[in-house]
Amino acid sequence: MSSKRIDNFGKINRDKIISFSWEKKNYFGYEGDTLASALLANNIKIVGRSFKYHRPRGIMSCGVEESGALVTLGSFEKRDPNVRATSQELYQGLEASGQNAFPNVNFDFGEINNYLSRFFAAGFYYKTFMGLPPFEWGSGTSIWMFFEKIIRKAAGMGKLSRLPDPDSYEHAHDFCDILIVGSGPAGIAAAKEAADKKLDVILVEQDSVLGGDQIAEKEFDTNKTLQELKDLGVRIMNRTTAFGLYDNCVIGLIERITDHIYYDKKDIPRQRFWTIRAKHIIVGSGSLERHIAFNNNDIPGVMTVNAAKHYLNRYGVLTGKDIVIATNNDSVYNTADLLSQAGAKVIILDSRKEIKLDNFNNNIQVKFETVPYSINGSRKIKSIDIADANHQPYSKIDSISCDQVLISGGWSPAVHLLSHRGVKAKWNAENLCFLPGDTKENITMIGSARGIWNKSDCIKSGIAGALDAMNHMGLSKTNYFFPKEGGWSNPIQPLYEVKYNKSRSKSFVDYQHDVTADDVRLAHREGFISVEHLKRYTTLGMANDQGKMGNIIGLSLMADLLDKDIPEVGTTVFRPPYTPVSIGALAGRNVGKHFRPLRVTPMHKWNLDHGAIMIDVGLYQRPWYFPKNNETLSESYIRETTTVRKSVGVCDVTSLGKIAIQGPDATEFINRVYSNAFAKLPIGKTRYGIMLRDDGIVMDDGTSWRLSENEYLMTTSTAQAGKVMSWLEELLQTRWTDLKVNVTSVSEQWAAAAISGPRSRDVIKNCLENPSLIENKNLPFMGFVSANLKDGTPCRIVRISFSGELGYEIYIGSDYANSMMDLIWKEVQNYNGCLYGLEALGALRVEKGHVTGAELDGRVTIEDAGLGKMASTKKSYIGSAMRTRGSLSANKDREQLVGFFPVDKKETFDAGTIVCEKNKIKGSGIGRITSVTHSPELGHWIGIGFVQGGKEKWHNTTLIGSDPVRNKQMELEVVSPHMIDPEGKRMHA
Amino acid sequence: MIRIKCPYCGERDHSEFTYGGDASINYPSLDASEAEWTEAIFFRKNIKGFQKETWHHLNGCRMWLEVERSTITHEIKSVKPCHPDLQKLMELKK
Ligand SMILES: [Zn+2]
Repeated sequence: MSSKRIDNFGKINRDKIISFSWEKKNYFGYEGDTLASALLANNIKIVGRSFKYHRPRGIMSCGVEESGALVTLGSFEKRDPNVRATSQELYQGLEASGQNAFPNVNFDFGEINNYLSRFFAAGFYYKTFMGLPPFEWGSGTSIWMFFEKIIRKAAGMGKLSRLPDPDSYEHAHDFCDILIVGSGPAGIAAAKEAADKKLDVILVEQDSVLGGDQIAEKEFDTNKTLQELKDLGVRIMNRTTAFGLYDNCVIGLIERITDHIYYDKKDIPRQRFWTIRAKHIIVGSGSLERHIAFNNNDIPGVMTVNAAKHYLNRYGVLTGKDIVIATNNDSVYNTADLLSQAGAKVIILDSRKEIKLDNFNNNIQVKFETVPYSINGSRKIKSIDIADANHQPYSKIDSISCDQVLISGGWSPAVHLLSHRGVKAKWNAENLCFLPGDTKENITMIGSARGIWNKSDCIKSGIAGALDAMNHMGLSKTNYFFPKEGGWSNPIQPLYEVKYNKSRSKSFVDYQHDVTADDVRLAHREGFISVEHLKRYTTLGMANDQGKMGNIIGLSLMADLLDKDIPEVGTTVFRPPYTPVSIGALAGRNVGKHFRPLRVTPMHKWNLDHGAIMIDVGLYQRPWYFPKNNETLSESYIRETTTVRKSVGVCDVTSLGKIAIQGPDATEFINRVYSNAFAKLPIGKTRYGIMLRDDGIVMDDGTSWRLSENEYLMTTSTAQAGKVMSWLEELLQTRWTDLKVNVTSVSEQWAAAAISGPRSRDVIKNCLENPSLIENKNLPFMGFVSANLKDGTPCRIVRISFSGELGYEIYIGSDYANSMMDLIWKEVQNYNGCLYGLEALGALRVEKGHVTGAELDGRVTIEDAGLGKMASTKKSYIGSAMRTRGSLSANKDREQLVGFFPVDKKETFDAGTIVCEKNKIKGSGIGRITSVTHSPELGHWIGIGFVQGGKEKWHNTTLIGSDPVRNKQMELEVVSPHMIDPEGKRMHA
Repeated sequence: MIRIKCPYCGERDHSEFTYGGDASINYPSLDASEAEWTEAIFFRKNIKGFQKETWHHLNGCRMWLEVERSTITHEIKSVKPCHPDLQKLMELKK
């Protein structure tokens, strides 16, 4: 191939020269070039190496279906692999290089694979990873794992930078009446028709300019078209790909904002991910030209015919001097004329017998009933052997010297978006292509995506599409008709493969994954005959072009082997995305700190100011520990735990869920929801309650306070707060619709601090206007009072204990959280108290054997948790019928909540340790440790968890804790989970 | 993406909602037998076609809705509040 820029052709701006680099050498192009057109203008032939065999590859198309020119742009953190040079606009300073080659695409050591190709045939990876036949030798052994690593490294094309993506991305949303995909003749006609009727229209075009295939027409003026559409109020989104079509006319778009310029500031996103909800979608996504499988059909210089037309008329590049065009259809003749006018010598090989064409240049030699047989050359085309189309098996009858071979094996409508909706394409035997199937959704296919080949019919189909959309939307009842598909003067003739009659042929079906016709035959021989098996076994259609060019050839070969028609073999389903979408665009701004929402309590800053190290708990950040003088986590929480037990500590417990339950039936409601009795809870008292699910398993626990006759405040665990709220709403709105109750989440409205320890009462007294309110006689255990802090702020104080010590929680309006903490902290310091975090909170509750989410994991019944006495037998409630159901009560050996001590008191263990019987250390054992801590009070590690049969069964037996993850074992003693003050004297003090 | 017409908020993306479950179940009374509850909780039809299901407008008005949806096409035939009083209220609003 010798390609060059020529005068008098093309629409590039020759006044604006752009410099760029390819493989570290500088070249020039013009404004309006793509990287591919600029490479061709500089006569660069080899731009990449193929996937498996490392064969030299050139530019094969002019669009998103490109299989050869996959290149890497940029360097370091900006490195972007697998960019299609054919759709990458050229910009000043663009750096590009070839990929899948070492040291470079012109000289690649990997080319040796081409000579070892019989080892890399279809199924190579599957066979390799299964080991060597006949005994799967080596499979799973370390030497095999070592080879696997090397093989995996060799697979894949471009390489990621492995550095954080320096670009920013955005998500955006919009609505419209009609969204039109594609701005070819059909799409433009549809947009004009719909906008003319005052509809809100968005026109999406993946290219930088509007026009579709018309861009390669000399007369077509893209700027004029743009202005006309703008004047009609059409919203135009160019450089935007409709990558996926979803339910209810929701469409996903990727808008490329800075990919066509050099831009390294962060104020503009690189790409924008759009979710657009339209009332109707019109798809004019065009069609893709297919190639033909024959020997060496991938040598640099092979291209689709229509691409050569675009390079000539859009970019002013003549792609060859001596051009051979191989075809089975009419679409190539106009291009042949143009190439000839531009100075190329053109010979057409047409597989058909004879055809009639008007206005065709008779100077061009057409060899009818002739097919391409084999290309000679390896790094460039030297000549092509041709064969008699009617003489099978094919054999060489002549050879034509040439520097380029253009192929057109027919056209495939881009039915991808409709396929995303699960609509099966229908085979059309007349035009040898899959046409869009029927759909009841508000989607209309137009133009060549509908299989309509000529421009005037495409325009008619666009207008019909707009009318169809308006009828669907109920805006009109216009009569319209779609032109019939097809439109060539002479019928297309089937020609998918020209079978080479020697072994070791390289007749490519899918260029990107190096799938050859022989691979398809191998898959058939080995039994992979269903389309989906064929695809996975050979990887046909699984590269980043998703089989845009090769799928139908693969199907036709399989049809041939099975002696069936193509539609009987089937078609693969296209799934989003139409073209690759960068992960960054999917993530949008949800990266780093914004990966997920962050919830903080109103005293978040207060906690940080007082030395808190935070930990993520669900979406919340909560204080983990408050280190003093460079303490470690262990040192800190042990000090905090000890201080609480000895004196007093204060802890932010705001993240607990809080739900206001109000209404005349509030008592009845709450009594049905909790497993324990609530009907007679006096006003001013609070009670610990357990909620079960319908199936009798524990859902959550918490306390509820009776504020008045018809009013309660329920608290839930932090983790289950949202779920419990939804559950209560569900019960009231769907099941117990006669109950007059309202539930409101007040989690955000109340801040809360726990004050725990023997001196907690003294601390709070000093914080209140009226200290006598919390005297033991006025505020007994499980009571609550309304009070005012010293500064007059109203609050509620509840006397409950999670730590097992005398303890209170103060609830206050969120806006007053900081002033409350200041007040309490001052008093706490007077008693040498401390701030404590989640780690100490956990230690305190494990010592007491209190359960949390680690124990109540959705598998545990109320009996399993040792709380059986909280399951009322005097009332019916959610889960009461099911908690003793056969499968739960029949098993007398269910896992029960217990405590664990290490036999050797110096030993430690971790949550997740599996509990086993001695000499039976295997599988899931007979139990598990769910929570652990060092107990300062006991002076050694303790845990709680579950063991089959509970404490009764094992308390005299030494069990083994097995921690295979940490490669650890220890002897365990099973004890009561209530390890400290089991009678609860302290909290009642 | 499924779009659900909430009777209160209007048409919204399904990501604002959470799926509840089978809306055709009549949950037995709390004192019903284990057998009745087992039937209500564990036995579901695997419907090909339209089925009634509950959706919670979690990030919206928080109404529980009864939605008739096709399991084949996601087409939604009807949406109404689960609570009969809210149903009446929504009809008055029209
Ligand atoms: Zn709503």
